[in-house]
Amino acid sequence: MPAELYLNVAVAGILTGLVYGLMALGLSVIFGVVRVVNFAHGEMMTIAMYVAVTLFSAFHLDPLVMMVPIAAVLFAFGYVLQKGLINPFITRPEHSQFLLLVAIAIIIVNVLLILYGPDAQNVQTSYAYDSFQIGPLIVDATKAYAGLAAIVVAAALFSFFQYSTVGTAIRACADNYTGALVVGLDVKHLYALTFGLGAACVGAAGTILLLIFDVTPATGPAYTLLAFVIVITGGLGSMPGALIGGVLIGLTEAMAGLLFTPSAKSMFSFGVLVLVLLFRPQGIMGKRAA
Amino acid sequence: MNRKSESKTVRVTRRSFSAGLGAAGLVAGTAPFNIVRAQGAALKVGVLLPRSGVQAGIGQDCQRGVDIAPAILKELGLPELQIINADTETSVDVARSRAEKLIAEGAQLLIGAFDSGQSTAIAQVAEQKGIPYVINIAAAPQITEQGYKFVFRNFPTAPMILRDAFNNQKEIFTAVGATPKTVVFMHVNDTFGTAMSKAIPGVMPKFNMPYKIVETISYDPAARDLSVEIAKAKATKADALLMVSRLNDAILLTREMVKQRWSPMAILSMGPGWYEDQYLKTLGKLADGPLSFVPWYDPNKPLSKKLEAALAKSFPGVNLNTNHVYTFEALLVAADAYKRAGTADPKTLAEAIRKTNITNNVSPGPGIQFDAKGQNDKLLDSAIQNRGGKLVTVAPKSAANAKVEWPLKPYDKR
Repeated sequence: MPAELYLNVAVAGILTGLVYGLMALGLSVIFGVVRVVNFAHGEMMTIAMYVAVTLFSAFHLDPLVMMVPIAAVLFAFGYVLQKGLINPFITRPEHSQFLLLVAIAIIIVNVLLILYGPDAQNVQTSYAYDSFQIGPLIVDATKAYAGLAAIVVAAALFSFFQYSTVGTAIRACADNYTGALVVGLDVKHLYALTFGLGAACVGAAGTILLLIFDVTPATGPAYTLLAFVIVITGGLGSMPGALIGGVLIGLTEAMAGLLFTPSAKSMFSFGVLVLVLLFRPQGIMGKRAA
Repeated sequence: MNRKSESKTVRVTRRSFSAGLGAAGLVAGTAPFNIVRAQGAALKVGVLLPRSGVQAGIGQDCQRGVDIAPAILKELGLPELQIINADTETSVDVARSRAEKLIAEGAQLLIGAFDSGQSTAIAQVAEQKGIPYVINIAAAPQITEQGYKFVFRNFPTAPMILRDAFNNQKEIFTAVGATPKTVVFMHVNDTFGTAMSKAIPGVMPKFNMPYKIVETISYDPAARDLSVEIAKAKATKADALLMVSRLNDAILLTREMVKQRWSPMAILSMGPGWYEDQYLKTLGKLADGPLSFVPWYDPNKPLSKKLEAALAKSFPGVNLNTNHVYTFEALLVAADAYKRAGTADPKTLAEAIRKTNITNNVSPGPGIQFDAKGQNDKLLDSAIQNRGGKLVTVAPKSAANAKVEWPLKPYDKR
């Protein structure tokens, strides 16, 4: 096989992996602070995708333009969901949290089925079929835009947590729950804020991902599983880990499809997960439990 | 002991005797009416289709064939059918459990389920429970090779599809005076795709095809991204693309071919996907050109015109296709057999289906008849091409209504 083929496939895999990473980033942020595993993560992403589909078909609004407003809508959804429904479960056993979030996931899938039906939907932007040719390299325009947008959103999120007061307070909650309470932080509000940020993150990812993939209500659970594979590979709770995990899985799937058989792509991403669990159980960037 | 049993003997009084006599009279009096009602009642037909999941688009398209059937069946003087719908969710396990549920709910005949894997599961249930099952669409040959007594298929098997596909391809190559020398073969790795990929190496040499397969690429039917697959196919530099696909993947593959700037000489599809309405509507002018070698309908048959008119009335803008035709014909088989059997008794009904001989039908060929295995082995396929959002028949010559456009117009020049 020619070298340009490897290059083309690798670039496509990395760009898709960046968006995967952004999607998984939300899951990692929520777990890192609130210590709740969001089993409705992929389903929340499909909400964002359907909002983008609706806005595109009604007003012809480009998903890239609508990324921030849709992320804001998902932020509000996540905030209310955490404050109203998930917060009482924070201190309950993990299986109760699991059942609650699985129930939310099932409700989301079925509501979307009722509202939009089972057909695959997508957006036909003016650049949907564009590609850039750089020498032997052909880069899918939508994947390039999506990858770039994922980097911008991830950078904004890192900056927020690193440099803003609220971000610092959230990190304080994550580091020491009791200490945060003692110094007078409104932990419940900060938890809801974090869940909202995680939801906003997945909202942005969903809006971008719509440029690459179609959406059906049934795709939600598949994305939840993918997000888990990525965050466990990258390190649950680690923000850089989620992005690295996303790129690694995207690249693994692409190269496995090229070098072996495309129908076994998922097998290789799960293979990476097994290897990480065996040799670095905390994930690539995760911290070892004390 | 005797005394004890004597003490348990029900004492018949004059009053209880009269009440019993009255009840017996009531039952005896209404029994004949019950029998008459059973004979005149609508046959309960459970229709299993993938109405959600990956194959939802096609499942719902099949449903259109169900929706337009009642009026036509009535016009043909056939008995009424009571349709009970079920969703297989594009899952073999769900198909099996829904079939069991339908039978438990009183379904007297089953129809479905578009997909070979799901149909195989339903066939096992139908055979186990002794309920007739008429397959609308499913090509895996093994379904009718199991010696089942209650399973019938009015749809060609994978080898039959391949036989007609290769014949029609050769006819087209001769007509256009051009032949691809190499093809890359891509297929979904579900039951149908795998059956086709297994059958092709055995069938191709018999037809002395002018091209050779340079690479075979299989992929997951639920794949979200097929960019690697197209990159791999493009790298082979094959003249044409030979396909066995479904709907969503056909759309994804076309998009990738456009993005990766690859326009082969021809796209030769031997399965669904490339001619579906959703494909045509989603891709617009990019949908033009692929050739599909598929079970189709004979546009010259009188019942085809009726079906076209009924579909146009109920679903304006939707082209009549395989999904509507073969789902409708499965219901036609059910209604026709029920009329001749005069009863919903499963064995009698199955026997009536076995003796089916419908010549006033829609699909190409002499009509609907089943062999000893329950397979209609007389069906013929056509070659159709997408042209400006419509579908034209280009082969066989006897059923063609247009000339083939060759080669595929490059995607970047549309």
